[in-house]
Amino acid sequence: MATAEHKHPNYMAIFWYLAILTVVEIAVIYMPLSKFTIGALLCALALGKAALVAMYFMHLRFEARTLGLIAVTPLVIATLLVFVLLPDGFAVVKKTVGVKAATTEPAKH
Amino acid sequence: MSHVASMHGAVEPAESPLTPESWGKLGMWIFLAGDAVGFGTLLAGYGAMRATSGDWPRPFDVLGINLTAAMTFLLICSSVTMVKALEWLGKGDRTRARVLLFLTALGGALFVSLQAYEWTHLIHRGLHINGNPWGASLFGTSFFLVTGFHGLHVTGGVIYLLAMMRVVKRRPVPAASYNAVEIAGLYWHFVDLVWIMVFTFMYLL
Repeated sequence: MATAEHKHPNYMAIFWYLAILTVVEIAVIYMPLSKFTIGALLCALALGKAALVAMYFMHLRFEARTLGLIAVTPLVIATLLVFVLLPDGFAVVKKTVGVKAATTEPAKH
Repeated sequence: MSHVASMHGAVEPAESPLTPESWGKLGMWIFLAGDAVGFGTLLAGYGAMRATSGDWPRPFDVLGINLTAAMTFLLICSSVTMVKALEWLGKGDRTRARVLLFLTALGGALFVSLQAYEWTHLIHRGLHINGNPWGASLFGTSFFLVTGFHGLHVTGGVIYLLAMMRVVKRRPVPAASYNAVEIAGLYWHFVDLVWIMVFTFMYLL
């Protein structure tokens, strides 16, 4: 059984990774980069930190693979949900602010 | 650790799929997956509202991140004390495990206190659940909803951890409380994980 030989990984190393990634995150928002690049970097860093916590602190790395699938499902649902909600949001903008706002706003982000 | 797992396997009526140590652990994972859908929905809704809003304030300018960065660090530290508590319990040291569980709960309590301080400060500056001086009123709504939902999770976690200290104290055999503490740890790390997401999406982005 994979879980029977539960190893305790080097927790202090994970702690330092998390601390350093947090500092990098804060540094990223001060960097002279485009809004999109900063956003993409922040998403990647957050996912990396979340993965570290789940894999090592929650021992997901040492569990059955199916348990990992259960854990990843909410992330997939939430990501899909953003795209499901966006058209609705833009439709409301169109109705309330007019077509002009609806066509200029998306370009800003 | 192998004897801990096998001992628990022996007392369970049938072996749970995915988590052979206990059904409780599988139950916690499924609960956390459901809870994560709750947080995921809130954050996805936040993202969609923000992307389609014309006057969303830049959170970084309005909220300030110095205090929240410290709170993030505090939660990461409390996750470390949590894994260390479990590690010491696995080695059979109940006293050390209880001290570390207490430190974890203390970190959580401090986190909620700092959040209360932050909220008070922001409310005085005009950030309300139904409006704010900087732009879209939904900014305040989503801010209080998401950070409040997370704060409640931390509060629940502190109570859960204090209950676990009692469990460890009342069971003389360290291995008897190992599984319960491990499951509590899963919850606590999840709360930390959610904060990592909230901090990035609601403060930094």
